[in-house]
Amino acid sequence: MTWRCGIAVFPGTWSERDCAHWVELAGGEPVMLWHAERELKGADLVVLPGGFAHGDYLRAGAIARFAPLMAAVRDHALAGGPVLGICNGFQILCEAQLLPGALLRNSCLQFRCQSTHLRVEVGRGPLLSGLEPGTVLRMPISHGEGRYYAPPDQLQELEAGGQVALRYCGPAGELGDEHNPNGSLEHIAGVLNREGNVLGMMPHPERACEPLLGSEDGLQLLRAALAVLGPR
Amino acid sequence: MAAPSAAQLRELALTEEEYHHAVRQLGRAPNELELGMLGALWSEHCSYKTSRRLLSQLSSQAPQVVVGPGENAGVVDLGEGLLCCFKIESHNHPSAIEPVQGAATGVGGILRDVFAMGARPVALLDALRFGELGDPAQRHRFAKVVEGVGFYGNCIGVPTVGGETYFDDAYRGNCLVNAMCVGLVTAPRLLHAVARGVGNPVLLVGADTGRDGIHGATFASVQLDEGAEERRPAVQVGNPFLEKCLMEACLELAGSSALVGLQDCGAAGLTSSCAEMARRGGAGVRLDLDQVARRELGMTPYEVMLSESQERMVLVVERGRVEEVRAVFDRWELRSDVVGEVIAQEELQISSGGQMVARLPLSLLVEGFLPRRPPSSRPLEVERALRAAPLTGGSPWTLEEAWLRLLASPNCSDTSWIYRQYDHQVGDDTVVLPGWDAAVVRLRGRGDGLAVSVDGAHRSSLLDPRRGAQLAVAEAVRNLSCVGARPLALTNCLNFGNPEKEEVMWQLEEAVAGLAEACRQLALPVVSGNVSLYNDLSGDSIPPTPVVGVVGLVGDIRRLPGPGFAAAGDLIYVVGPGGTELGGSELQRLLGGMVLGPPPELDLELERRAAEAVRQLVSEGSARSAHDCSLGGLAVALAECCVAGGLGAVVRVGGQSIPADGGHALLFGEGSGRYVLSVDPAEGGRMEEVCAGWRVPCARLGEVGGDQVEIVGLARIPLAAAAAARLEGIAGAMAGPVL
Repeated sequence: MTWRCGIAVFPGTWSERDCAHWVELAGGEPVMLWHAERELKGADLVVLPGGFAHGDYLRAGAIARFAPLMAAVRDHALAGGPVLGICNGFQILCEAQLLPGALLRNSCLQFRCQSTHLRVEVGRGPLLSGLEPGTVLRMPISHGEGRYYAPPDQLQELEAGGQVALRYCGPAGELGDEHNPNGSLEHIAGVLNREGNVLGMMPHPERACEPLLGSEDGLQLLRAALAVLGPR
Repeated sequence: MAAPSAAQLRELALTEEEYHHAVRQLGRAPNELELGMLGALWSEHCSYKTSRRLLSQLSSQAPQVVVGPGENAGVVDLGEGLLCCFKIESHNHPSAIEPVQGAATGVGGILRDVFAMGARPVALLDALRFGELGDPAQRHRFAKVVEGVGFYGNCIGVPTVGGETYFDDAYRGNCLVNAMCVGLVTAPRLLHAVARGVGNPVLLVGADTGRDGIHGATFASVQLDEGAEERRPAVQVGNPFLEKCLMEACLELAGSSALVGLQDCGAAGLTSSCAEMARRGGAGVRLDLDQVARRELGMTPYEVMLSESQERMVLVVERGRVEEVRAVFDRWELRSDVVGEVIAQEELQISSGGQMVARLPLSLLVEGFLPRRPPSSRPLEVERALRAAPLTGGSPWTLEEAWLRLLASPNCSDTSWIYRQYDHQVGDDTVVLPGWDAAVVRLRGRGDGLAVSVDGAHRSSLLDPRRGAQLAVAEAVRNLSCVGARPLALTNCLNFGNPEKEEVMWQLEEAVAGLAEACRQLALPVVSGNVSLYNDLSGDSIPPTPVVGVVGLVGDIRRLPGPGFAAAGDLIYVVGPGGTELGGSELQRLLGGMVLGPPPELDLELERRAAEAVRQLVSEGSARSAHDCSLGGLAVALAECCVAGGLGAVVRVGGQSIPADGGHALLFGEGSGRYVLSVDPAEGGRMEEVCAGWRVPCARLGEVGGDQVEIVGLARIPLAAAAAARLEGIAGAMAGPVL
């Protein structure tokens, strides 16, 4: 049996097919989950992909969080099931309060599509414990609103609780403003919930799944996660 | 209705002669609504009344062509039942007035043209022209157009994989925004824009109809004036989210036998979509405007019929199957309304409030316009310009200075300032990223890929529009060769000034003739296109700017060389003829001079053979890098290969003695048909053998290595300085304040 990865599709989602391709390459079975249905179709892992759900009008993710599907995602997350939000999916998880903080307009005030390096900060929870902290991954970003923000006390709590999952860095893992593409606080590219089963990240691992596309590091991330989940 | 005044007709872009022609043909005076519909469909934008007779020279005959011009987009066969559907279109006038929305809706429009054929869009490209970036107003316009392209493409989730941008004072008044879209569809799902089957319902789906964009088509067919900004209401506002849903719903329906025909509502809105669909189907359409969902209260039939509200499509559905079609739109939370039906009479009949308010025969509406044949003449200045020396007074710069200035020119420099604002990777198929010769998108489940390039050559066109058009085609073919692609077909966007000026008409005639000649010689069928005339501001015309988009097939995408040199010690070759013309060159522009001197010579037969040779070297894996010589000539191409590979080079060009002009033409001349290739030293013999086989000149220039780009005896610049100059160009200019 292979792992079944549910991929949420909202009106305006655009990386569901890329995610399905990525899941297949990692040996999982992708299944599309329609936003209007309150049904995870037996998914072990739920992925909220990139896009502009409901046009991202009002605020990115602000409308999507009310989708019937999100109630099922919440139940799954609260029961400890793994949930991964990528780009718009991360924004939706923050709006749904399944993850702390918010994603603001990039500090450069422009959309950014470029390759970035990420440093794995914690090897915790079902999605990251297969990776050594300090591992550097390369994958692209593609967003206009990816500047991670949390109030100072919450940020301190995140750092202390091992919830900062990924940071933008240089090729050798070094931190610096020149490696931070959007002005995120503390170079944060991805965060975990307190329990570690919900991960949100702005970069696109599904775009780094073949040597032909310039990197396989996104595949590494998913394979490690599936390995941690163990045989189904 | 009393006969309209001259001013009223001008507002509709109609002449008195055209009005009287309509009266004669109808046997009565058209009412106000009918006149508005005729004005829109007879506008240059919709009817091509000035360019049509010229465009007949362009041939779409080739075995790979499935659909030629006349549908929403052209279609070529990629083999194994897969079809590629593509087109380029301008949105110049709207972008000049409201750059974000003008550019955004240009992208939205070309996407609709492609998914109207049932094809899933897989790539967007843009060809842009602005005035020079020293002017804050131009920086503003440029930044906003890029924002608009990104706003639409990024949101809808189609990658913008390539394009070209040129800054020249000649576009100060009229920027050009040409958007190209490429889509894929399997043969059974290919859709056509037809209305047929009497009694079949006609549906309008997507956005509600509002007052935006009324007369957009006629607006695009008159020249801009200083008061143009007041026409801002003629520019539509885009909603890419709505279009994303519309696209998914239409693609879901493609292949369903319930769908008879599909067309987007573009220029001239419901009027043109219904008229053109019915004309193609040999039928007519009756519309009941009371069924059209409105965005605003109190809209007149005139406004409903001419609205250019974006994100709308017209469908013809098999009788009795409306509900299953509507269910798809319902699922995507989109509005869909039955607004009419197909009728046997070949007419467009419009009713409102239970009364027939317009009734026009389609033969008159779609094809009944009077062709225009404005007089043309070759301006005298052209003759003088061609005979002049390209660099009057020579160059005040040393070769090194000129070299670095060229690398830092926004026209040659790094373009990441633009493409990092575009999602160029969504879809997981972009295997050659933007910024180099051609973009490559892989074809899933096969080992091959699609290569696409858009190109233009306006400065050469100003000197010789026939040659300029040919140079644009040749450049696109070279760009494809660099990634080993065989060109399949071409789309074109003809951007010109006011054709009522004799010299502009001459430019148009010459350019189309040149385009036809180049396509014939390079065996490229022309499958789609668009004409944008009246690109004038206060009487000044843009330079003739034919832009071409070429699509080709790359045999094996795992074997693509990059543009950058790959390893120290590799041998560097220049392949192709040795022209060094400076007429219309980038160096000339930087020196601030007029566009003078003969443009690059072009031997199309040699271009074809050089393309074959390079394609063979690339696809068999002999070439480790391939890049074509374009703006800035050989020296700029060499420096670009060095910067891309992070390696220096030492080369020798020309003979032993230093030329009389100090070497400017030798280094920076823009002779057509040249490529810079590098090969492993063991492959040098193979390189020479393949070129000899195709009878293409090929010269070994030197070797990769070191930390300088050195042209022995003439000039050398540090690699780091070349890299810094390339990054400086657009990004440096855009660091300044915008208006």
